[in-house]
Amino acid sequence: METFEKLMKLDRRWVYLLLIIVCVWAYASDFTVPILVEPEVAVIYNRIDSLPEGSVVLVAIDYDPNNLAELHPMTYAIVEHCWRKKVKTIFTSLSQNGPGMADQAIRDITDSLSRDHEYNGIEFKGREIVNGVDYCFLGYKPYYAIVILGMGQAFKLPFPTDYYGTPLDSVPMMKDIINYGQVDLVVDISGGNITDAWIAYGQSRFGFPLALGLTGVMTAQYYPFLGSGQVIGIMGGLLGAAQYEELADNPGRAKDGMRVQLPAHIVIIIFIIMGNVGYFANRRRLKKEGGAV
Amino acid sequence: MRRQLPFALVFIFGLFMIFQFFVPHEKSEAAYEFLLDWIIVIGIFALALGIWSLFKVSVEKIKLGKEGAQYSYLTLVGLYLMVAFGFTQQTGEGWGLYFLWLVLCSACIVGLMRLRAATNSGEKRMWGMVSIGLLIAAVLVAIFDDAWAFFLYTPEGLENSMFRAFFDYVMMPILATMFSLLAFYIASAAYRAFRARNVLASLLLLAALLVMSRFNPFIPGAEYVAKASNWLMNVPNLAAQRAIVVGIGLGIVATALKVILGIERGYMGKG
Amino acid sequence: MTFLHFLGLTFGVFVTLGTLSFLYKDNPFYKIAEHLVVGVSAGYFVIILWHNGLVPKLFQKLADGDWYYGFMNASHWEYIIPAILGVMMFTRFSKDYSWLSRWPMALYIGISAGLAIPLEMSTKVNKQLHAMMVEIDWVNFTGHDGFNLLDITSGLSQVLIMIGTMSAIIYFFFSKEHTGAFGGIAKLGIWVLMIGFGASFGFTVMARISLFINRLQDTFAWGNTAFDATNQNYNAGFPIVFWCFVAFVVGYIIYEIVSHLRRPASAS
Repeated sequence: METFEKLMKLDRRWVYLLLIIVCVWAYASDFTVPILVEPEVAVIYNRIDSLPEGSVVLVAIDYDPNNLAELHPMTYAIVEHCWRKKVKTIFTSLSQNGPGMADQAIRDITDSLSRDHEYNGIEFKGREIVNGVDYCFLGYKPYYAIVILGMGQAFKLPFPTDYYGTPLDSVPMMKDIINYGQVDLVVDISGGNITDAWIAYGQSRFGFPLALGLTGVMTAQYYPFLGSGQVIGIMGGLLGAAQYEELADNPGRAKDGMRVQLPAHIVIIIFIIMGNVGYFANRRRLKKEGGAV
Repeated sequence: MRRQLPFALVFIFGLFMIFQFFVPHEKSEAAYEFLLDWIIVIGIFALALGIWSLFKVSVEKIKLGKEGAQYSYLTLVGLYLMVAFGFTQQTGEGWGLYFLWLVLCSACIVGLMRLRAATNSGEKRMWGMVSIGLLIAAVLVAIFDDAWAFFLYTPEGLENSMFRAFFDYVMMPILATMFSLLAFYIASAAYRAFRARNVLASLLLLAALLVMSRFNPFIPGAEYVAKASNWLMNVPNLAAQRAIVVGIGLGIVATALKVILGIERGYMGKG
Repeated sequence: MTFLHFLGLTFGVFVTLGTLSFLYKDNPFYKIAEHLVVGVSAGYFVIILWHNGLVPKLFQKLADGDWYYGFMNASHWEYIIPAILGVMMFTRFSKDYSWLSRWPMALYIGISAGLAIPLEMSTKVNKQLHAMMVEIDWVNFTGHDGFNLLDITSGLSQVLIMIGTMSAIIYFFFSKEHTGAFGGIAKLGIWVLMIGFGASFGFTVMARISLFINRLQDTFAWGNTAFDATNQNYNAGFPIVFWCFVAFVVGYIIYEIVSHLRRPASAS
């Protein structure tokens, strides 16, 4: 019993050290975790995969570096999927540090797609991704709810120029794209309240198909919108990103990171079980001694 | 007037926006677009308030010599460097004296802060002269160095490699790591606080353990665990979250109505 | 990957380890990282607000006007009004004129509140309740492929969702005491809510671990880059910087251990 009491009073820094050791060992080891794809993610992949060449997808990169661990891999997977299918993308960034995330993703993915790749047995020739033709990055404006409503009237209402200062009227791909009516899918990748605004102010008012990429913390809260059909699919956390990478045959950081998730989860489950065993053992001892529980 | 006019504005514009939702007439749409546009411009100034606040707090901390004031220099220099990067860009191949200019300006900022913190006239004179000297040197470098230029009206600064480097190598790692500390806090909390004290806590823990095990292919019955977890997310979890969403929706509508009708006045502040 | 970029990566790893050192105790490296990121983030936001906000939404609209006319001769002169309202926000810092900042705030709050009412009601209440009011699939009540209680589209699941949602909503009704049949339904409601919170917690654990995994990936990538001879910009400086940094970190850890052991027993 004393052992349990000592364990319960263990300095938390030993817990941190154990978790670090397990994570570092798992990452340094060479093993893979099979990824089971959930229907919520498959719907998004199939939707984008079925889009013909020249379709338009709006990708809202609404997260900060705080959430980049889970959401950046989703951005990379989705945008690379769109561009290799020659689907045009419009990027917006309604979070404070989002433009930097979007700028980095665009640079990396344009560089990646300049080389030949094979995805799901299909050869894709490397090509140059051109700003204004294959994508348009609108940038950031404050008050995201107002911006989402404004884009429903016309993209150039909140965004008279793109992120790089080019007037939207001069951007070749935006000539025929006025508002959400010309967009085939909106994907919101977000780590905060901006998702609520996309659902309430965007999808609810303008009726476009909306897919979500969310952090793990938020995922459970948005299942009602999936159930009501307001949202067509949800990618939840690193697992969601890994599932999309699995479907797209484009292994990236998400699949790479899942092999650390497994042992880390096992360690935390062991911590929970140990904590509860100690708690019940202590409670039983106090009951026997006739003390308060 | 000081309080009545704002309440009247809230009432008029609040009612108009509700009215506009149901009346998609051309003139109503035009007014609606007008207002959306205006709000974005006002919002830009509102957000700048926070940055001014940060500047003021850091300067005050240095002036009063509070504990940790030396780190406020870092805050101010970091702020200055990003602003400088964002408004400048190379015009040729190399950077010329750009980094010298950055160092001179950073040193000038430190000098000005030391001037503000100085307590006697001798110290003030010294730091004043140092700051002016550094400022003059920085201005001369900016005027005579052709390798780079200021771009205030066009966004070349956004593509400045130093601006991007500071975002990629300073902001991203630090912000990401700050939040990664939470991984350890949750491990510690799992060990110390998550107890199945009663039926409700047990239910919570069982649901959590099921969801946490859903992607583990190595446990016995992994396929059924995954299916059970999927059912848990799409049935009881959906029901619970739907109830919360409905409650939140009703709360938002009630609060918004109270704000429009002037019952809720907290946003006005005191006075 | 040039040498300068490798130095940048090294600085990234330095601030990563500096921030993680907070787990051991508060220390100057953590404070450096913390204060640096606050300043750099603020500076970044200034630039984004300027280039993406003020320039296209205000300055370019008034560009064809003249400053000596107060831009009243610009084709979009009406944008002076939100500009003035925006500047009025700064009066918050004045004791005598802070009441002026209420006007633009009132405009924003009024517009936001007005927008919220119909849209939030529609999204969060109407559509959610409508989604519950579906015809029960009695034919496939226990599952579409025979007896399958884990089928989320079966009639049983629809009934459970309806009962769960209504009981949880009843739990939140605190105007009536939770006794009798009402209390029983409310109790069912709190059980359903606990399952929802448990599911959230399960996802939260994954989310938090993911954040640390990303830092591990960046640190390992930095280590691999230091010895990646296939890099066309590779030079001897890469491993030198790597080993210097490792020596610095190991040296600091040894210093902390020695300090800890030398500390008198009463002070530890």
